[in-house]
Amino acid sequence: MPEQWINACDTDDIDQDDVIRFDHDGRTFALYRTEDDRFFATDGLCTHEKVHLSGGLVMGNIIECPKHNGRFDFTTGKAKGAPVCVDIATYPVKVEDGRVLIQIA
Amino acid sequence: MLPTMTPTPRDYSLIGRDAALAEANGIAAAEWYSCPIPRKQLKELMKRSDGPALRDTAIWVAALVLSAAGGIHFWGSWWAVPFFLVYGVLYGSSSDSRWHEAGHGTAFKTRWMNDVLYYVASFMILREPTVWRWSHTRHHTDTIIVGRDPEIAVPRPPDVVALLLNIFALKSSLMTLKSLFIHASGRLKPDEATFIPEMERWKVYLVARIYLAIFAAVIVACVWMGSILPAMLVGLPSLYGGFMTIYFGLTQHAGLAEDVLDHRLNTRTIYMNPLFRFLYWNMNYHVEHHMFPMVPYHALPRLHEAIKDDCPEPYPSTIAAYREIIPTILRQVREPAFHVIRRLPDGKTPVPYNHGAIINPAE
Ligand code: FES
Repeated sequence: MPEQWINACDTDDIDQDDVIRFDHDGRTFALYRTEDDRFFATDGLCTHEKVHLSGGLVMGNIIECPKHNGRFDFTTGKAKGAPVCVDIATYPVKVEDGRVLIQIA
Repeated sequence: MLPTMTPTPRDYSLIGRDAALAEANGIAAAEWYSCPIPRKQLKELMKRSDGPALRDTAIWVAALVLSAAGGIHFWGSWWAVPFFLVYGVLYGSSSDSRWHEAGHGTAFKTRWMNDVLYYVASFMILREPTVWRWSHTRHHTDTIIVGRDPEIAVPRPPDVVALLLNIFALKSSLMTLKSLFIHASGRLKPDEATFIPEMERWKVYLVARIYLAIFAAVIVACVWMGSILPAMLVGLPSLYGGFMTIYFGLTQHAGLAEDVLDHRLNTRTIYMNPLFRFLYWNMNYHVEHHMFPMVPYHALPRLHEAIKDDCPEPYPSTIAAYREIIPTILRQVREPAFHVIRRLPDGKTPVPYNHGAIINPAE
């Protein structure tokens, strides 16, 4: 399958150290911007109980889920302890001309 | 004449009729109402820091050590009583809020500090850390949803004797003790199996064995010294000092609506004095905590200010809350469907009740 880069948002749409929700083609994603302006993407819903991670708190490389405070490293997708036990899918991201592009397989 | 249908009592187990009903009615793991608050402001409120909890924990530990020292020093005289009273409340009651906040991972910014406090406070309040971590997770998913929430303190009709016994944590401790033996033998109870994932279960068994070993050591120490002093310091304070746990804890949800998807209707926010707020780590702002569990305890008063116009009038004091709770519980003994309906500010609409799920007779 050819690489498919989706034009998701402006870099400025995401504050530093924050996360937003991005819906595309019936799927939902979370887009992150770190304090030092790196961008990342994961599935939008927590692997614990399908809550939108966009309501959560970004701390460094960690996103904390707003429902039960489960944590993921959003740069790798690794679950960082109960109540999240299952890793979250991550997606490649690149920035071009001030736009954030996400590669969705 | 039409046959009359008599409502059957609700089934509060997690594997019974009402568990299935909650799922069928779409109120299990459902979406809950959340007061509007700008993202920027919420982010500010959610910010973590170690400072407030380090300061509060230092005061707490110092007060524990000093009161224990006084109790030991005056052991054998009546002067020991006030020291053990203070020690007991710090050990057996304020450990509840420490357990709670550390369990959410919000007390400290640093994860391991939360974990250490969580395990220590769990032991003090006589709760099994892994079991309660998962039961509390469910309590947040399905707050006071019958058949889903394992932490409904006052099922209807209320068991008044059990509530009275729990003033000194008697019934709850007996149940914990039974559970410890079950878990130490490498088994879970059927209800627990619905909310504790496979991969976490080994921790339940291990901690149960550690708890029992500690209690055995305390008993040996008591026999060896020919005194109950060791147990007055470790173990028994969970009982004789547990009365503030229920005094604070019952105010959270008792007597309010079941099966609603709006914390403003099933949870109380109460104004408390600074001493109570220290002991209870601001959990009196309970609507706020349930709606935004990521906000640390020290930021809850600010969160309260931010959303209070969208919430029912807070109770002015714990006594005021009990003026409502006690008559409600007594009435529920005869009329289990009775509950307090919280009034929202004018113009605010609650998330609708799920009428079908209130005392739904079995077909
Ligand atoms: S839904 Fe994310 S931690 Fe529970």
